[in-house]
Amino acid sequence: MARKQTIIPGVDKRLLIKDAAKLLPDPSRRWFLRGASLGALTLLTGCDIVDSDAAEGVLRRISTFNDRAQAWLFNPNTLAPEYAESRITRPFPFNGYYAEDEAPEIDGKTYKLEVGGLIDNKEPWTLDRLSALPQVSQITRHICVEGWSAIGSWQGVRLSEFLQRIGADTRAKYVWFQCAEGYSNTVDMATALHPQTQLSFKFDNQILPRKYGFPMKCRMPTKLGFKNPKYITAIYVQNNDAGGYWENQGYNWHSGL
Amino acid sequence: MTSIEAANIPERQPTVIHPAWVRVTHWINAVAMLVMIGSGWEIYNASQLFGFTYSSSITLGGWLGGALQWHFAAMWVLAINGMVYVALGLITGRFRSKLLPIRPGEVAADVKAALTLKLAHDDLSKYNSVQRLLYAGIIVVGVTIVLTGLAIWKPVQLQWLTALFGGYDVARYVHFFCMAAIVGFLVVHVLLTLIVPKSLRAMMTGR
Repeated sequence: MARKQTIIPGVDKRLLIKDAAKLLPDPSRRWFLRGASLGALTLLTGCDIVDSDAAEGVLRRISTFNDRAQAWLFNPNTLAPEYAESRITRPFPFNGYYAEDEAPEIDGKTYKLEVGGLIDNKEPWTLDRLSALPQVSQITRHICVEGWSAIGSWQGVRLSEFLQRIGADTRAKYVWFQCAEGYSNTVDMATALHPQTQLSFKFDNQILPRKYGFPMKCRMPTKLGFKNPKYITAIYVQNNDAGGYWENQGYNWHSGL
Repeated sequence: MTSIEAANIPERQPTVIHPAWVRVTHWINAVAMLVMIGSGWEIYNASQLFGFTYSSSITLGGWLGGALQWHFAAMWVLAINGMVYVALGLITGRFRSKLLPIRPGEVAADVKAALTLKLAHDDLSKYNSVQRLLYAGIIVVGVTIVLTGLAIWKPVQLQWLTALFGGYDVARYVHFFCMAAIVGFLVVHVLLTLIVPKSLRAMMTGR
């Protein structure tokens, strides 16, 4: 699993560039399907026949269809495989669209988790109160959208347990996460209620280090890595899909494993 | 000479080398395969298995997200078309009559004949043993690449399949080697078509 040519272990150079490109004006970063990117089809047809806006629209619709196919395939009782402690990948890679030293620094003493949407009790949660919730542990495989994988160990409270405690309406469609670095995404309620979906406060039985999302990440072994938010500052239960950082750029929304 | 040919035509049985379903599934597969390979190379670049990357001039999608969209769109075309092809190949008996038997001795003899440029291919409706081996082999590879694709797409829901291929990380390598086998096949396949152009005509018109 040695991945070469990356600036920072676990960070894809292309994605960094992609992220930097976001700072450019809109037309200049619409290279999604243009020019050289059409290499194979251009070779095939001898000319650039694909209208990129039309192609992008079709691909997005198929991606939405794939969301439904994956929701259908998702079995709420199927557990992700768990591994022995000896299988844990050490060091576990840091991964983000920013460098490790740019990761958010959160003061655990003043931290408050905001909760909202279709819930009964909207009182914010301190880290002490969160850490006092019943804890579970898992050693599961984190699979990145890039293809690599790593086995990690997480401890925390089941999200389903937490949702019950805040009186969430679990008939709602989505759980939305807002994170300190500006990251956000939504997941389907079925995944949020999965027994292995966990609000994690610890990695490998140590307080979650900054690089892995201190003070809290949401570990979902049934989803690709980027669907597992870190540095969570707010959780909302809602019926509208508020999108997500990567999903808005074209990653498949469901991204279930 | 013209008169002889003209006289022969009514007596000659028009033999269809490739029935319509073979031709249709062949060309759908060709397009789907190129999209899967081009986008697959871009996906590979995001996390390489070996010490090389594919030039972005020959990949599809522009970046990982775009490539994944192509890959997960074309997969439906590839898999459904592939299932139709395999089902019809089995039901019509075409696989059995065209691809079997494959005997090592005959394969060796035909490889030798091919390398000394003595391998006959006058009758396109009959495959020599090298062709039988390669066409049967590439069907097995095609099925395997779809199964390993499912194994790395759904390593939780289809974890039995992922385990069958030796786990997530190993299944990625198997998926890659299947692609390499298909690309290798494609090079030989296209090259031989250029040497025997009437085989291309047969795949387009049926005769």
